[in-house]
Amino acid sequence: MADRHELEVEIVAEDHFVWSGPAQSVSARTIDGEIGILPGHTPMLAVLGDGDVVVQQAGGQTITAHAEGGFFSVDNDRVVIVAGAASLNGTAAGQGAA
Amino acid sequence: MGAQIRVYRQKIASTQSMQKIFKAMELIATSRIGKARERVAASLPYANAITRAVSAVSSQQDIEHVLTSEVENPRRSAVLILSSDRGMAGAYSANILRHAEELLEKLHSEGKETDVYLVGRKAQGYFDFRGREYKDLWSGDTDSPKFERAREIGRTLVDSFLHDTEDGGVDEIHVVFTEFHSLVSQVPTVVRLLPLEVVEEEVTDETELLPLYEYEPAPEDVLDALLPKYIESRIFSAMLQSAASELANRQRAMKSAGDNAKDLVREYTLKMNNARQAEITQELTELIAGADALSAS
Repeated sequence: MADRHELEVEIVAEDHFVWSGPAQSVSARTIDGEIGILPGHTPMLAVLGDGDVVVQQAGGQTITAHAEGGFFSVDNDRVVIVAGAASLNGTAAGQGAA
Repeated sequence: MGAQIRVYRQKIASTQSMQKIFKAMELIATSRIGKARERVAASLPYANAITRAVSAVSSQQDIEHVLTSEVENPRRSAVLILSSDRGMAGAYSANILRHAEELLEKLHSEGKETDVYLVGRKAQGYFDFRGREYKDLWSGDTDSPKFERAREIGRTLVDSFLHDTEDGGVDEIHVVFTEFHSLVSQVPTVVRLLPLEVVEEEVTDETELLPLYEYEPAPEDVLDALLPKYIESRIFSAMLQSAASELANRQRAMKSAGDNAKDLVREYTLKMNNARQAEITQELTELIAGADALSAS
């Protein structure tokens, strides 16, 4: 954890790539409950429940993606959020999608 | 004689109008291929992520799952055939159906029954014409497949896989589709979708790359949720590749049809000119002969 302070986040949907970029933290709702991911998290594979995934960017902006029925994996500070149907609707969605 | 010229003129006119159609279809196919290839590329991140996750879970040896375990004596197989809705694509559908026939024959020779699932009107026509049975059919959108369709097909197949053979279920699932390598090379391919066999290959060369994940909920439940999605993603990718291949085949077929039409027009024009010349010559001969006969009398 000491040498890396950022997460690398990727959001993909079934038929297209949605967003990728650096982030400070990611919080999501799994089918068991809420989970927050910070840099240095152990590798993890979890099934997402119905709810929003919030990506906290380095600049303090947030990206909210509605990720329905997908899963996400954390591996070496790389977070891949795989969603059946993902759409961005965050405050920084415009910049994020660019 | 005049009739002959008229016939050629008609042939030229109809060939030219067909040539226009071929040209238009070629251009349409060309403009759609780019989009179809983009869609293949766009589906890759999802496919890669899900493949990686599935192989991560199943590389843990202690996990057993219905969808990964092989039945000892498979008795019935499902075969999904991805063809096109429309023709005018050269040997595209014929190739796919030939490969499907070979697979069916092989399965029958192994003593297995087969359930056939069809995608595309061309496959439907082929089976209907021969009065052969198929379990299910999806058609209408082979040139721009939607993920919903892949999900529908995936659910149907996984459902029948989960049923016992006695209840009409199947023990394995094969997919026949056309792999898109490049604009000039598309290869009909047969893949066994279930039980999973890809996993075993990837365990050997990726063992050191995949970390030991924590799972939430339990690994079995994660696999439960992932595998159907993985199947859907594989089917979707097969559908996208087939769509791109169909368009590439159509473009090629229409290009050569257009070229042939051009050659035909040239040939008919030559023949028409010959006929016209012959007619003129004959008329002259008749005139001269007539004049000779008059002056001689």
